[in-house]
Amino acid sequence: MKPQVVQQVRRWYWQRITAMIMTLFVLVHLVLMIHAIKGGLSAGEILARTQGSVLWALFYGLFVVLVSVHASIGLGNILVEWARLPQGSARLISNLVALALLVLGLRAVWAVTCGSMP
Amino acid sequence: MSASAPMLRVEVWRGGEEGRFQTYEVPRRTSQTVLDVVTYIQQTLDSTLSYRYACRVGMCGSCAMRVNGVARWTCRTHVTRVADDDRLQLAPLANLPIVKDLVTDMAEFFNKNDRALGRFRGNRSRHERMAQVRPDSPARREADAGIECIGCAVCYSSCDVVAWRPDFLGPAALNRAWTLVNDERDIERAPRLVAVAGDGGCHACHTQGSCTVRCPKHLTPTASIAGLKRVTARALLRGEMPTTEGNS
Repeated sequence: MKPQVVQQVRRWYWQRITAMIMTLFVLVHLVLMIHAIKGGLSAGEILARTQGSVLWALFYGLFVVLVSVHASIGLGNILVEWARLPQGSARLISNLVALALLVLGLRAVWAVTCGSMP
Repeated sequence: MSASAPMLRVEVWRGGEEGRFQTYEVPRRTSQTVLDVVTYIQQTLDSTLSYRYACRVGMCGSCAMRVNGVARWTCRTHVTRVADDDRLQLAPLANLPIVKDLVTDMAEFFNKNDRALGRFRGNRSRHERMAQVRPDSPARREADAGIECIGCAVCYSSCDVVAWRPDFLGPAALNRAWTLVNDERDIERAPRLVAVAGDGGCHACHTQGSCTVRCPKHLTPTASIAGLKRVTARALLRGEMPTTEGNS
């Protein structure tokens, strides 16, 4: 099998695997949000809960990784099929988007876990 | 026929890729099929009209075209089922180059069958015992479910992924490959899985199901393609796929 076909099949199952895991993550995230705003929605209240919480950081850190993998693969396919970009350009753009999602997401997780109140 | 016979207003694609719809008036008859309508036009109104048919009984798969925008086998499609307000619009199949009028160039469709290794290859000669395949075995049932394809290209014409990715093998070729993957006598399983993997093969399918909805033989290419996705991904994970390009 050509190496690029192996990559295509891998992308396909990684997108499925990340989707399956994220269904659980999205459920937990929704329940968490509903619970979190019960006492009102303020930055102070949220940060008091997230700062220093290793469990929170691990959960959302992994969530960010899953989103980066899943969304970028899907975006690459959309660019090929709907924008008619060549495979190479589509993959380059989708990898850059994956990197951007990863950096922005992990930075946000770090900020609310380890950052200090303004 | 009497002058008061109800008439059908039929728009027919004329020309090649560049062309236009031409309108004909065709008398309604009882139990009239869309193919009857086309034949009436060609034999009575305009002998320059080109179209294909052979068996007229839903076996050969050659008379497919788009009827009011939907790909159908015309020999088994009754006018009463599809003509809204006594109007029909007939166009050649989508996703294939138009040769002339209602005739498309099917070469790419059949070439893709070859690219998916859609032909049986066994290793027994006529002098050996015939293979015993249990009719109720799961693999035989999977093969049975897809085996009745007549190659009409209705699924191929209805598939959005074929329109978006011209190198996509398409539902018919992948369905054929799936029947052979489930044929325990066939000896080309591994190269076939390689041939149908990736973005030109089963993994590009969006599972939209147009092929399954439109298939005149009520096959489910969508399920066949899902089966191929499962088996190829598993074979790759287990290292059962040759990871360099084969000779096929």
